[in-house]
Amino acid sequence: MEEKLTLFKNRKRFGIEKNIDIIFKNTALVLSSFVAIILLGIILVVFFQSFESFSRYGLKFLITSEWNPVKDEYGAFTAIYGTLVTSFLSLLITIPLGVGTAIFITEDFVPKVVREIIGSFVELLAAIPSVVLGLWAIFVMEPFFRFFFVFLHNFFGWIPLFSTEPTGRNSLLAILILVVMLLPIVTSIARDSLNQVPKKLRNAAYGIGASRWKTIFSVILPAALSGIMAGVLLALGRAMGETMAVTMIIGNSNAFSWSLLSPGYTISSMLANQFGEADGSQVSSLFYAAFVLMILSLVVNIFAQWLVKKFSLKY
Amino acid sequence: MNSLYYQKRLSRNIGDKFFTSLSVICALIAILPLIFLVTYILIKGGSQITPELFTLEPNPPGDDLDAGGINPALIGTLIITTIASIIAIPVGVGGGIYLAEYSRGGAFSRFIRFGVNVLAGVPSIIAGVFIYALIVSTKILFGSMYSGLAGGMALSILMLPTVIKTTDEGLKLVPNELRYASLGVGASMYTTILKVTLPSAFRSIATGVVLGIARAAGETAPLIFTALFSYYYITGFGDLFYEMGSLAVLIYNFALEPYDAQNKLAWAASFILVLSILSVNIFSRILAAFTEKTKRV
Repeated sequence: MEEKLTLFKNRKRFGIEKNIDIIFKNTALVLSSFVAIILLGIILVVFFQSFESFSRYGLKFLITSEWNPVKDEYGAFTAIYGTLVTSFLSLLITIPLGVGTAIFITEDFVPKVVREIIGSFVELLAAIPSVVLGLWAIFVMEPFFRFFFVFLHNFFGWIPLFSTEPTGRNSLLAILILVVMLLPIVTSIARDSLNQVPKKLRNAAYGIGASRWKTIFSVILPAALSGIMAGVLLALGRAMGETMAVTMIIGNSNAFSWSLLSPGYTISSMLANQFGEADGSQVSSLFYAAFVLMILSLVVNIFAQWLVKKFSLKY
Repeated sequence: MNSLYYQKRLSRNIGDKFFTSLSVICALIAILPLIFLVTYILIKGGSQITPELFTLEPNPPGDDLDAGGINPALIGTLIITTIASIIAIPVGVGGGIYLAEYSRGGAFSRFIRFGVNVLAGVPSIIAGVFIYALIVSTKILFGSMYSGLAGGMALSILMLPTVIKTTDEGLKLVPNELRYASLGVGASMYTTILKVTLPSAFRSIATGVVLGIARAAGETAPLIFTALFSYYYITGFGDLFYEMGSLAVLIYNFALEPYDAQNKLAWAASFILVLSILSVNIFSRILAAFTEKTKRV
């Protein structure tokens, strides 16, 4: 009896070891909650800093395009419009390109080695820093496309989108560099969701006599649609927040213009340009613009996550 | 009779050919930018590489024909990225450990996982704005405003989601049998994690973290109004509290200068930045492919 009790006693851990275990767990818990703290911190800080501007201009800030530090008049319409236009138009070009590339990579047109090389090339493109893309856009893309833009203006100048004489940097160049940046995102997510479509769906479609592209359009793409949509939304969020390459090539002008061939502005490029030298109520207005940008990208991101969760288990 | 043979002129076959070539064109367009970009940087930037580039300070823009070197920016990038790693890796790995090892899929861990994804989608410039408001404008760091330390903090916000995600996913791949075995022989939870699960997930976590660091090294937006830029050598520990240059901000500033010498320096800096980021990426890819092969055997 006595012996048994000591054995039982030995089965317990030392107090110190128990404490270490508890401390370790709680440290991990605290560290993981840092994410939530930082996220809430960002939202609160940006909101409170923009409060002064928010209470003075209210929602009028969103629809006026006056930006005049001398007269203390601020409105971010040009930047908001620029953000939305550049990101949506670049996405419009990227979606067919990216999905087309993803189909090329997942189908067996060429040997697997070649497809894998192309796939990793596209992913390496995502690793290039955006400031380098901006540098490249200034010195290589802009001269390269200048002739094309003149042509566009001369023949389609009657369309408001191309109505200004192209002079150097403009919104269309920003859209093109955004396409280069978004392509890897859309391609890799579209490829992953195409790969996840079960093989039996394809075999069934082939079995009843569908051609390859009939199968792709009517069976495989619809099955992968939710994943592709989520990728597109993530890319949209990235496009709206993208700063450096866009700032370097968009021309940074707050004068509103419908034309894509004139210099423009986005919220992030406005922040990058003015934040360092701003003071007084301009800072608050910039925080207000940052808040708008954050809300836009948060909404897009949360919607993307919801989409993934809602539809990912379909097959 | 004929219908058993492949008929070229059939509309479905013509359509198939058409779409196939369309997707080939898409793939070609997709890889063209990388090829153009990398060759251009290799040629244009590689031709600027001299030994002095690594040792000299950059000259302030002006009529000077000689732009100097990028030594402060190179060292600055190393320092700022190191600061970001020192903050983000312990926090991220710890958080990932909690999510993968302790949480049981409750509301808290779901909220944190959701928060990680949302934080990963926050525009990088917002991280800069946040640190500006929190640290730069309040001068909370011993009265210094723009500093390398603040820049490192801004970068760490961008690294954090990547580190948590790779830790979480790497630990989830460790088979549960290992945990049972360790707990079964009487090891406590923290011994199990530190001695068994974490080491066996080490390689995948390390790969993800290194990729995250490489990504952060090229980030510019969070630095332009937190670390700002400096033309001068970094001489000692105290320089952490002053403006600090980095390769990325150097490229941004000098690309917009009207002078040729500064532009050339920007190309040289991008050469170094792109070369190191791409080689880290390619190396970790090869490593990942290699470990996958050995695992199957």
